[in-house]
Amino acid sequence: MENEVLRIEHLHKEFEGNVILKDLNLTVRRGEVIVVIGPSGCGKSTFLRCINALEDIQGGQILLDGHPVRRDAKDVTQMRQKIGMVFQSYDLFPHKTILHNITLAPEKVQKRPRAEAEKEAMELLERVGLADRAGDYPRQLSGGQKQRVAIVRALCMHPEILLLDEITAALDPEMVHEVLEVVVSLARLGSTMLIVTHEMAFARAIADRVLFLDGGEIVEESSDPKAFFTKPQTPRAQAFLKTFDYE
Amino acid sequence: MDMSVINSYIPLYRDALLLTLRIGWQGVFWAFIIGLGCTLIRQLRIPVLRGVVTVYVELLRNTPLLVQLFFLYFALPKIGIRISAEVCGSLGLGLLGGAYMAETFRSGLDNIAPVQEESALSLGMSRYQTLRYVIFPQAASASMAGILANVIFLLKETSVFSVISLMDLMFTAKDLIGMYAKTIECLTLLVMFYLIMLLPVSLLGTVLERRLRFAEFGN
Repeated sequence: MENEVLRIEHLHKEFEGNVILKDLNLTVRRGEVIVVIGPSGCGKSTFLRCINALEDIQGGQILLDGHPVRRDAKDVTQMRQKIGMVFQSYDLFPHKTILHNITLAPEKVQKRPRAEAEKEAMELLERVGLADRAGDYPRQLSGGQKQRVAIVRALCMHPEILLLDEITAALDPEMVHEVLEVVVSLARLGSTMLIVTHEMAFARAIADRVLFLDGGEIVEESSDPKAFFTKPQTPRAQAFLKTFDYE
Repeated sequence: MDMSVINSYIPLYRDALLLTLRIGWQGVFWAFIIGLGCTLIRQLRIPVLRGVVTVYVELLRNTPLLVQLFFLYFALPKIGIRISAEVCGSLGLGLLGGAYMAETFRSGLDNIAPVQEESALSLGMSRYQTLRYVIFPQAASASMAGILANVIFLLKETSVFSVISLMDLMFTAKDLIGMYAKTIECLTLLVMFYLIMLLPVSLLGTVLERRLRFAEFGN
């Protein structure tokens, strides 16, 4: 496919004899937003971590722009630069200011001039409404603000694709919204994203495609999120979505 | 207590203090270098050298400095390696301190959440860059109390130098007591001079610890 960014073929992952992911296949096109949902322990987070080469894989391959991503490959740091990731727990560097959290990798890894990196960082911070916090340390920010900075930090590396791993799971409800708004605006600007989330309303609104993962395999895949969330085809997806229903 | 005796001894103690400080700080310096080297080897998981580090740390931590100094000073010359008492003192202290520092740095590193390393890696940083810019600065502040305790411990351990006839504080005090039997005066001076040497280190440490607080995890 011409505008394909990421292709995953027969991905197999096991850990100490337990199969965590089996025979996963996925193709992500440029600008596409894919939401991965599923019960906890289904392998969603591991799936994202494999794509960013934070985990060894035991079979299959992950191709970014046709180039393999492997944890033990020499060019793994180059590949990771093209794959942005935001984690569930606040992963900002506590000993660096917000601005330096963002510019550290552009300066040290991409060898960009400090002034240019800072300029872009400030523009991005402006976009998420945190330009006035550039000089603060992470501990001075709320959880929602920290996650917005974490997104900016990933964006500043100009990744081909952004992986978001339950980025609102540790947040108070009123902070979830401010973070998800940022994600929605990124989607509008055409960012390619692979999102693991438990926020079903958000998933439904933002997804171009939904993957339902259970027991390490894709149980249901739908390119019509509205239809999927109203009427999932498989019994396992039906049962899972029912757990969000209180009527 | 005889003040005139004390006054006449002060210059001797001052010289001993300077010698103790010189060797002590050289030892502390080498302890830092060796400790950092061991930590790098462990963190970068360099094969073979990792094993060497483990053996070194356990060997040095589990034998008394006195024995180590004897070994350096009396056993090495037997195989043709001759070093001065002063080099022997700072080397012995550095080797012992290196093992302690390596363990202190390790416990500091263990306090850093794994997601810190992963988020640095996910930004495309190499393992070395991750250690240098993300992990070590945080570990340094987490280890500060331990590092300070090590420094004070090492400076105090200089008191065993007298066995290899270095004229440190302890040697001077024992020597004077042996010659003139002014025990009270000599011991009082000894305590005072150790305090002069170590209190500033404690104070400096407290200030440093407060300064480095910003690296604490804040949620």
